[in-house]
Amino acid sequence: MKTNRAVRTPGGLSVRLDVRALTVVVLLLVTALTASVVLIGTGDFPIPAADVLRTLVGEGDAGQEFIVTELRLPRVLVGLLVGASLGLGGALFQSISRNPLGSPDVLGLGQGATAGALTMIVLFSGTANQVTLGALVGGLVTGFAIYALAWKRGVHGYRLVLVGIGVSAIVTAVNGYLLTKSDIVDAARAVVWMTGSLDGRDWDQVWPLLALCAVLVPLVLANSRELRMMEMGDDVSYALGVRVERVRLLLMLSAVLLTASATAAAGPVGFVALTAPQLARRLTRSPGPNLTPAMVMGATLLVTADWVSQRAFGADQLPVGVVTGVLGGGYLLWLLVTERRAGRI
Amino acid sequence: MLVESPPEQRAETAPAPPNRRAVRVLGLLVSVLILVLVAVASIAVGAKELSLEQVWHGLFEESGTYGDVVVADRLSRTVLGVLVGAALGLAGTVLQALTRNPLADPGLLGINAGASAAVVSAITFFGVTSLSGYVWFAFCGAAAVGALVWFLGGSRGATPVRLALAGTAISAALYGYLQAIMILDDAALGRMRFWTVGSLATGDDSTIEQVLPFLLAGFVLALALARPLNAMAMGDDTARALGANLNRTRALSMLAATVLCGAATAACGPIMFVGLMVPHVVRSFTGPDLRWILPYAAILSPVLLLGADVLGRIVARPAELQVGIVTALLGGPVFIYLVRRRRTAQL
Repeated sequence: MKTNRAVRTPGGLSVRLDVRALTVVVLLLVTALTASVVLIGTGDFPIPAADVLRTLVGEGDAGQEFIVTELRLPRVLVGLLVGASLGLGGALFQSISRNPLGSPDVLGLGQGATAGALTMIVLFSGTANQVTLGALVGGLVTGFAIYALAWKRGVHGYRLVLVGIGVSAIVTAVNGYLLTKSDIVDAARAVVWMTGSLDGRDWDQVWPLLALCAVLVPLVLANSRELRMMEMGDDVSYALGVRVERVRLLLMLSAVLLTASATAAAGPVGFVALTAPQLARRLTRSPGPNLTPAMVMGATLLVTADWVSQRAFGADQLPVGVVTGVLGGGYLLWLLVTERRAGRI
Repeated sequence: MLVESPPEQRAETAPAPPNRRAVRVLGLLVSVLILVLVAVASIAVGAKELSLEQVWHGLFEESGTYGDVVVADRLSRTVLGVLVGAALGLAGTVLQALTRNPLADPGLLGINAGASAAVVSAITFFGVTSLSGYVWFAFCGAAAVGALVWFLGGSRGATPVRLALAGTAISAALYGYLQAIMILDDAALGRMRFWTVGSLATGDDSTIEQVLPFLLAGFVLALALARPLNAMAMGDDTARALGANLNRTRALSMLAATVLCGAATAACGPIMFVGLMVPHVVRSFTGPDLRWILPYAAILSPVLLLGADVLGRIVARPAELQVGIVTALLGGPVFIYLVRRRRTAQL
């Protein structure tokens, strides 16, 4: 089956449509929304899906309306936005480092954000907002440090990955130190934060994240052509008229911002950034960065994982990060085996 | 310390003249001296400062004062540091030679993480509490991850990047697993958050005797591997032509690294980067001959580990920084320097 189709307008404009990728994106969106509705209905006070939908369009009764719009909807929205940001950030990193493992999990961005958050929790006993701010700053500083240290007449993919691994080790040590310095109450709070959880998220987390995505997602997608060319190598892209370092800096900055803010909102939810782009690529079977499918896939994964963690262990017993960590870890091993056989890592 | 020995780029081409050997032996003696000095510092420095006289009394003629107790306590910690440091240094050297990879390190390749995950599982699920019980789990974890990383990294065709990535990825997965355990089990969190950063202060005097047999076996095996690993450094074909049994050497090297890392991790928790840094420093003045690198690494790695331990006690006085944190803070920049120094074509 031909999966690419060119659409031409009478005015002479044309656009190439990847039918398969488009189908995948639509199907994933439907899955994500379905999972969201089911997730809103799940909890100590179960609500049938039909009631959830009715409440969402503003026709439910008062009790359900409170539960849905004040308690569960913001949590699900945070989940969707965090998943989308992580998926997009992961796709960008993997494309820039030209390595399926070059994701924020491995490069230490998550650990960097964790260090910021732990500093706030342990040293200042900070409020939730201060912790979020600390995580954001930590992630950004780590991202800049990695980029600056990997810079040597340009940023080469492998050097980026290896420097990221080194930075990650340093930051992990700092985190370990902060954890040993804390008393047991702070330590328990810190460990839950470090695993990544959507518990108790409300509208205060939704708006900043939504605003950031509204700016960054179009910006990134506008540069996806350049990114696709850069996967052919720096020299080829130069010849094709791409300003390689500039685009790379811009996209890395966006990826760091997306990852850091997602981490600030929900903690370093493990492996979503790593698995979402890989799964998306396998579904679309299309080369290139697959930015949009990765983004939608990330949102689907996170919401589904949150639902699994609530169904399997009871409401808010186990943070979502444990589910993504265990499932993602298993997937990672499988990925390592297959990618190795194909010689891509 | 060894500034008198010139940079030796020619060492591998010309056979070593006699005076070079004398310099190396002398260097070895100087290294031992440095190790003794650092060990004394490790006994003297801490929350309670001791004079050299008190250290002397505590070690050789009991004066019956409070100082004796402190010395006894710090002595076991220092001895443990020497043993574990030597183990990590030898393991790192063997791994770097085995994989022909300048960035190999037991921590970086995930071997320590494998041992940690196995130990934590043993404590949580099987109720194993004694070190001599869970050291076997540590061996299994270290061996499993070592084999997995070797396989995933591409076995013979392994490149530094592939190995480092495979190791880091597996570490990340195991780290997630450790975290899940710590969340589900508060008691485990209380114990494990200290152990998982890597510390010489185990608070248990029998630690040394429990891991000593394994460490000694590992030392002997690693030192005995110098010759076959030297042959392998010239490439598989040449090594085979020289009569080396490649598969046996590989298997024994993995065994040595596993035993050393497993025992070290079981005793002190995962400590990164000691095995990475020391071989590089040593190689810069001994040249590529493993028969010299291994003994030097065995003596200078404890210097680094004890030095880091002492440093951790000085900077965070009266509390202390765990040695695993200090080595990571020192070793991370060294690792990044090594990555930046090498031409990208080589990576």
